[in-house]
Amino acid sequence: MILKGKIWKFGHNIDTDIIIPARYLAHTDPNILGQHCMEPLSPDFNKKVKPGDIIVAGFNFGCGSSREHAPIAISALGIPVVIARSFARIFYRNAFNKGLALIEADIYDLTQEGDLVEVDIFSGIIKIKDKTVKAKPIPPFMVELINSGGLMNYLKKKLEEKR
Amino acid sequence: MGMTITEKILADHAEKAFVEPGEIIDSRVDIVLANDITAPLSLEEFEKVEARDVFDKERVVFVLDHFTPNKDIISAENCKKIREFSKRYGIKHFYEGGQCGIEHALLPEQGIVVPGDVVIGADSHTCTYGALGAFATGMGSTDITYAMVTGRIWFKVPESIKFFCYGKWQKWVTGKDLILHIIGMIGVDGALYSAMEFDGEAILDLSMDSRMTIANMAIEAGAKNGIFRVDEKTIAYEKDRAKRPYKIHESDKDAKYKEIFEIDIGKLGLKVACPSLPSNVKDVEELNSIEIDQVVIGSCTNGRLEDLEIAANILKGKKVAPWVRCIIIPATPEIYKQSLKSGYLEAFIEAGCIISAPTCGPCLGGHMGILAKGEKAVATTNRNFIGRMGHPESEVYLAGPAVAAATAIKGSIAHPSHVL
Repeated sequence: MILKGKIWKFGHNIDTDIIIPARYLAHTDPNILGQHCMEPLSPDFNKKVKPGDIIVAGFNFGCGSSREHAPIAISALGIPVVIARSFARIFYRNAFNKGLALIEADIYDLTQEGDLVEVDIFSGIIKIKDKTVKAKPIPPFMVELINSGGLMNYLKKKLEEKR
Repeated sequence: MGMTITEKILADHAEKAFVEPGEIIDSRVDIVLANDITAPLSLEEFEKVEARDVFDKERVVFVLDHFTPNKDIISAENCKKIREFSKRYGIKHFYEGGQCGIEHALLPEQGIVVPGDVVIGADSHTCTYGALGAFATGMGSTDITYAMVTGRIWFKVPESIKFFCYGKWQKWVTGKDLILHIIGMIGVDGALYSAMEFDGEAILDLSMDSRMTIANMAIEAGAKNGIFRVDEKTIAYEKDRAKRPYKIHESDKDAKYKEIFEIDIGKLGLKVACPSLPSNVKDVEELNSIEIDQVVIGSCTNGRLEDLEIAANILKGKKVAPWVRCIIIPATPEIYKQSLKSGYLEAFIEAGCIISAPTCGPCLGGHMGILAKGEKAVATTNRNFIGRMGHPESEVYLAGPAVAAATAIKGSIAHPSHVL
């Protein structure tokens, strides 16, 4: 699956309090969560970003709390993938469970905000301008989860088989 | 080849004789936990997959501790949903109102989690229970739904990093100072995906409360879990609490570690994590001119009896500085009661502190102590990210209860010896 989009750059250790501040966590509606995505660093992010745009970040993206509201808020803005040097582990599981793809690659220093990037989710090939970077492949187990439509579809099938 | 305590607990729950780091396993879970901000998403998924029941009514736990006592209508609606779900499915461990405490203080105190368990919770500080010699880790609401229904979850077995601590503790220095020191040393992703194992004579000298503070903040170094050896103190702690029989696991002598750190506790002083990362750690002596507006003593990190005792011993007979708000949050009703009996609450009231109901409230900028633009707080909590306790331009300094109490009296970040 190939995704192509404009880059929004964020730094290292982007925590879940930045992705979606806790004061909005009583909400579960993706549209409301999306409106406040990245608010502490970029109050108008939800207005500037377009569906299909891609987030590029440094180390440890998604560190902090276990709130699934974080990947939900990012997805709600139509962002299909985050490319970062590394991801925090709870965020990593949550994103895949919620259908947000994460690619581990070091393109932070190669890109500027507004650049166009093309990424093949499964092969991990990333194209930026004239450069090509190979990302760390998504673990086979995660690919299997994506192919079965996410963890909840997997569970639904399992429950139906039992009945 | 030997296994670490983390590997042994996971092997036991995956019904395997041996597991190794990197391996994906399907594990049984003993306790599945969610709170008032993460359970609503779990229950939405539960309905979507048309599940008919939870895997075990005694092993699914809901604690309504974050935006409670209900901070607004939407929080009240969320709690109502969880309450109705709990009634409908006969959930045994449902905590709200006068039974409610901060989840990671409440579950060990009530003996709901025990040594040798695999516990997953839709809250990142679920790693606290590693202090009991259990494997405990935070996950998101969807993973929690899967476990609520099936009683199982997948894990990638983590590599382990050992922190071997020796020497004698200096006065006032507690587990909070050690974990801040470690996070400062290895960074907020220094233990990413790994298990942090704490061992050595200095660790065994610590109370269970202090061990829980350390395990609690393992996530702040990116770890999957933090874990401790089970010793006589653990066994004594469990004696009148454990609701189930438990199993003691121990790391083998030839277990494999990614890294081993040796820490001389005798050299460890009081630490403060400055804005806006838990790894931005300094000695308290370096920070003596920073004026603050609010002090919070509480949370799943430092709201236990030992923490309140340390704070009360410093605040007793003193006054909170003018223009400073000092909020004390006993983490559970039991801690509240013990603090009352021991005279700590009286000391706090006399000093001019606010005593709050058990809640996570201010720690995550939810309610009960939000910061305005430009305000600074010293908190015994676990995160000091941008805007964590309120306005994006407010700042949080993390410390242990001794520094927090001394700071409340002085009005600027202080070592206890400055006010006593």
